[in-house]
Amino acid sequence: MAEIYDLAIIGGGPAGLTAYLYAARARLNTILIEKLSPGGQVLVTDFVENYPGFPEGLPGWELMEKFVAHVKKLGFKQKLGEVTGLELNGELKRLKLAGGEELLARAVIIATGASPNKLGVPGEKELTGKGVSYCATCDGPFFRDQTVAVVGGGNTAVQEALFLTRFAEKVFLIHRRDQLRAQKILQERAFANPKIHFIWNTVVEEILGQEKVEGVRIKNRKTGEISTLPVDGVFIFIGIRPQSDFVKGLLPTDERGFIITDCEMRTELPGVFAAGDVRAKACRQIITAAGDGATAAYMAEHYLSGA
Amino acid sequence: MAVCHVTDQDFEEKVLKSDIPVLVDFWAAWCGPCRAIAPVIEELAEEYAGKLKVCKMNVDENPVTPGKFGIRAIPTLIFFKNGQPVDQITGAVAKSTIESVIKRILG
Repeated sequence: MAEIYDLAIIGGGPAGLTAYLYAARARLNTILIEKLSPGGQVLVTDFVENYPGFPEGLPGWELMEKFVAHVKKLGFKQKLGEVTGLELNGELKRLKLAGGEELLARAVIIATGASPNKLGVPGEKELTGKGVSYCATCDGPFFRDQTVAVVGGGNTAVQEALFLTRFAEKVFLIHRRDQLRAQKILQERAFANPKIHFIWNTVVEEILGQEKVEGVRIKNRKTGEISTLPVDGVFIFIGIRPQSDFVKGLLPTDERGFIITDCEMRTELPGVFAAGDVRAKACRQIITAAGDGATAAYMAEHYLSGA
Repeated sequence: MAVCHVTDQDFEEKVLKSDIPVLVDFWAAWCGPCRAIAPVIEELAEEYAGKLKVCKMNVDENPVTPGKFGIRAIPTLIFFKNGQPVDQITGAVAKSTIESVIKRILG
């Protein structure tokens, strides 16, 4: 008979790791399933400067190493794997992994997070890895003294544009609106940076190039004017989509696929919780993901004890 | 078999002249997703020992080879067979995605 866990946590970002911490301290027999090594989206963040307790800031991977070190103190049990199917209705939940293995648990926390949105324009897929990127910390150093475009106007777009100025000679920030959505402190830095040039009210219609990115075809939404901007790289930060395809039809989601919970992280199904970026909510930060994880583990403990 | 480390100097001998197909993981210390994918690469090296050689190349220490293969993103995985690049994966992806390419290459 296969081992039955009290709790299975799917996803090893800030939400999943914090849930593990709280579950382990509650002495729940817990396993965490992650398809890569733990860390989640924070691993691509060059510098985290809004996580309380770290006033000097620190690289994303370093913060996640601390999260992992913390759960390792509590006998971290993790499984490298990808959940492809779930049976969530009964008292015993069944998780099917790629490769055919199955895990059984009495409660499940879904903390699979989100991944970057694609633009969905011609040239994007073909030139990914050849100048089209979704990770400035990974690929920025390849664009030393070159010209790059950043697409987007939120926190990530502005932060990554600032990061890219360390390498690139010139950074165009292309945004569909006439003002940024990013936090004011990031906006102030971007406006003060002489390497960043703003292109407002503009969308990218095509990424140009054969073997590598050579430019972007852009359209001004106000005037309708179409032009070509020569660039060596295009970094795309236009929001995120939930990694929730594997719960489709099993759990209610919003129209974009984010899992709907109550404020205690409970989904519609007893014993099934969601935490972090995969959950439908307004604020997606490392600290709120960690908070979700703590709440979800606390509620899972209550559920399992029948309280 | 453990993951082998290749450099600009021994790339030809260890990768291009290999008797069996080779997977090369181009990475750097400052790249978070490279760290994320590292345990997957190590597992694959063990599981396909004898059939597939699994190597890593640090792009900071070895500027020539990544340039030759037009690498502008990491992690990039390039699969070599008989001295030729036959497939490529960009970014940190799940083990099953990498395995589907390996199975196709090993036939």
